[in-house]
Amino acid sequence: MGLFNLLFGQKGFTHGIHPPYHKDTADKPIRRLPFPPQLVLPLDQHIGKPAIPLVVKGQEVVRGEPIAKADGNFSVPLHAPATGRIAGIELMPTPKGPKTNAILIDVYEGSTQEVLWEQPREMSELSPQEIIQAIQDSGMVGLGGAAFPSHMKLSIPPDKQVDTLIVNGCECEPYLTCDHRIMLEHPKALLRGIRYAMRATGTEKAIIGIEDNKMDAVELLKSHLSKGSPVEVKAVETKYPQGSEKMLIKSALDREVPTGGLPADVGVVVNNVGTLAGLGDLLPKGRGLIERVITVAGPGIAKPANYLVPLGTPIRYILDYVGYEGARTEFILGGPMMGPAVSALDTPITKGTSGLLVLNEPSIEEESHKIWPCIRCARCVSACPMHLNPSMLGQLAAKRKYEEMAEEYHLTDCFECGCCSYVCPSNIPLVQYFRIAKAINREQAA
Amino acid sequence: MSKKPTIELRTSPHAHAGEDVVVIMRNVVYALLPICAFTVWQFGISALALLVVVTLTCLLSERMFNALSGKPSSLGDWSATITGLLLAMTLPPGFPLWMGAVAAFVGVALGKAMFGGLGMNAMNPALIGRAFVQAAFPVAITTWTPAFFDGRFSQFIPTTLTPPFLQPPAVGDWISEVTVDAFSGATPLALQKFEGVVTDHMDMLLGTTAGSAGETSALLILAGGLYLAARRMLDWRIPVLVLLSAAVTAGIFYMIDPAKYPDPLFVVLSGGLMLGAWFMASDMVGSPVTPLGVVIYAVMIGVITVIIRLFGGLTEGVMYAILLGNAATPLIDQITQPRVFGEQRAGK
Ligand code: SF4
Ligand code: SF4
Repeated sequence: MGLFNLLFGQKGFTHGIHPPYHKDTADKPIRRLPFPPQLVLPLDQHIGKPAIPLVVKGQEVVRGEPIAKADGNFSVPLHAPATGRIAGIELMPTPKGPKTNAILIDVYEGSTQEVLWEQPREMSELSPQEIIQAIQDSGMVGLGGAAFPSHMKLSIPPDKQVDTLIVNGCECEPYLTCDHRIMLEHPKALLRGIRYAMRATGTEKAIIGIEDNKMDAVELLKSHLSKGSPVEVKAVETKYPQGSEKMLIKSALDREVPTGGLPADVGVVVNNVGTLAGLGDLLPKGRGLIERVITVAGPGIAKPANYLVPLGTPIRYILDYVGYEGARTEFILGGPMMGPAVSALDTPITKGTSGLLVLNEPSIEEESHKIWPCIRCARCVSACPMHLNPSMLGQLAAKRKYEEMAEEYHLTDCFECGCCSYVCPSNIPLVQYFRIAKAINREQAA
Repeated sequence: MSKKPTIELRTSPHAHAGEDVVVIMRNVVYALLPICAFTVWQFGISALALLVVVTLTCLLSERMFNALSGKPSSLGDWSATITGLLLAMTLPPGFPLWMGAVAAFVGVALGKAMFGGLGMNAMNPALIGRAFVQAAFPVAITTWTPAFFDGRFSQFIPTTLTPPFLQPPAVGDWISEVTVDAFSGATPLALQKFEGVVTDHMDMLLGTTAGSAGETSALLILAGGLYLAARRMLDWRIPVLVLLSAAVTAGIFYMIDPAKYPDPLFVVLSGGLMLGAWFMASDMVGSPVTPLGVVIYAVMIGVITVIIRLFGGLTEGVMYAILLGNAATPLIDQITQPRVFGEQRAGK
């Protein structure tokens, strides 16, 4: 238990790390980025089945119009982020790695780019099921990075009972401030989205969990709530990975999600602030998700800021627009702890991309990246928020004892937060090992 | 864009705390240096020569084993330096240099290289070296000389320069020559155990007594240890629990028979317990990684040290206690796996 918990009498999750936060963009208002000449819209921007295209090459589309439909329940549709002409459906790089099918739109130059397609509705008349349907139609996914379809997340399995909606405003990854800015600039949309989500899930109570390095957001949201409101704002300790679902549930409610379980097992459903603010904005207008806020930052960016970008904007366009430098560079989509690095600058911003970071890292050959044997310093053990033993897991991984890792040392509970690799003085790529081990175990199970 | 950048492609996390093995080990060396300086001031050029010879032998042996196993040099990680300094500190200041070199070589060979180098060694290499010479040279390892003798900066203790493979000369006459006061040739531990004389606590704290080079100043050891603990390069729970459990165990016996057994403070301040607790038991490589394991390990070392001291034939037990603790570590780790977040245990 840290000093914070002692002082404020709060129970948080134990372990975790305190990386330098670099939240330099916290005071940068969200600005709109110009439209790029071409948008790249992968059909699988979400977890689940890829969307099915509704358009063909050469067809004209208007901003906001659906261009791909959901393939069944575990899928979401896609909407045109700009008015233009379909340039084709081609294999393109994505943040996930392998190339996948994407709809390309040539953006009309000189278009005012107003949203020309929408179906306004009276939200108060919708039943919970209708709200869930509306959420799926909006194409909304977890904007915090998971990109899990929101309507699935808010559909509570019939055998589960949930009493609390936890709204995740932690943004515990270094550099990222887009959620922070959304809370400051769109509190009303956020609170509207929370109400919709509470109705859809039948929860009586909502807790907005915000790390205590964003007290301005805490105060602002509190000022929008009346006395007796079922929505509560709770400041939680600033500590990575506070924003992971299990850790935030522990901190906000002192409930522990059982291993292998879901938040619903302890009566909770968790949504990110950006997602809910998005729903609060889109649902009444009957619009689809066509743009999102990203933080563009890192030592290689001269003017870090928060931008509202159309989905599908290639990162090359953003980089050229903001300017970057560095002879040896890493481009990260999302935060530095969990975000993937990309090599292809054609990779577009997708629904789950929360940031674009340009890090100037020392190269792998340099001494600072030398890997030493495990010296059993136990730093990883005291950092792992899941209370695993990464030291032991790492040694087993080196011996390729992947099954033993899963059976005896809870490999499957590792959610790849990266705390262990972050602290390891031997620079052992622990999480990287664990990812491989999990993949191999998955393959063998299949 | 004028120049095309090289794009690095790595998997997350893309950030690192920045403190690596070298930084930690270098700081351990820093923490040991004041203690080294103090022993040199205490025992003069003999102690200096011993420190240098033992440490150099460790470095050379390590390098040799690197070369033999076809690995790059590992001298840069400072671990061999630490082994050397610690080993030299556990030896009597007038220990023949050639025997010190043997201890260093054996420590690195059997205690480290045999297991595959840093991190793979089950036991503390310095203590392996020390245990070896304890068995091989029982006389030399228990030949103590007084601290602060006159001429210690110009004159070697006669045993120091014993030619290789020869036994050191007796030092009784020499000691009576160089000391003003009567010197019994015994450390506080031996005095207490065999003669029932309790050395003044203050003397032991400050380090003005006889003893092995590094076991005499509790204060400097404490300072070095606290420095490392403050920088989180040492798990403070280990030394604290070792000392506490040793004190409690000793306290129980002291309460039973104060005439026969030493008081707990004496037990904590005397011999190699301070150095062992702060710098050897806490060696990360040989201690458990689980929180509960650390507690079991430390308490075990503290209790065994006192039992050996009080009931064994030896005056000092800390070395064997730590080696036993090291040996038990894999088992301790295995039986003390922490409860994983969200794991339901029987009964809950
Ligand atoms: S990546 Fe996995 S093992 Fe490492 S700290 Fe996070 S949860 Fe623990
Ligand atoms: S942090 Fe690295 S060196 Fe330390 S115990 Fe874990 S794996 Fe080993």
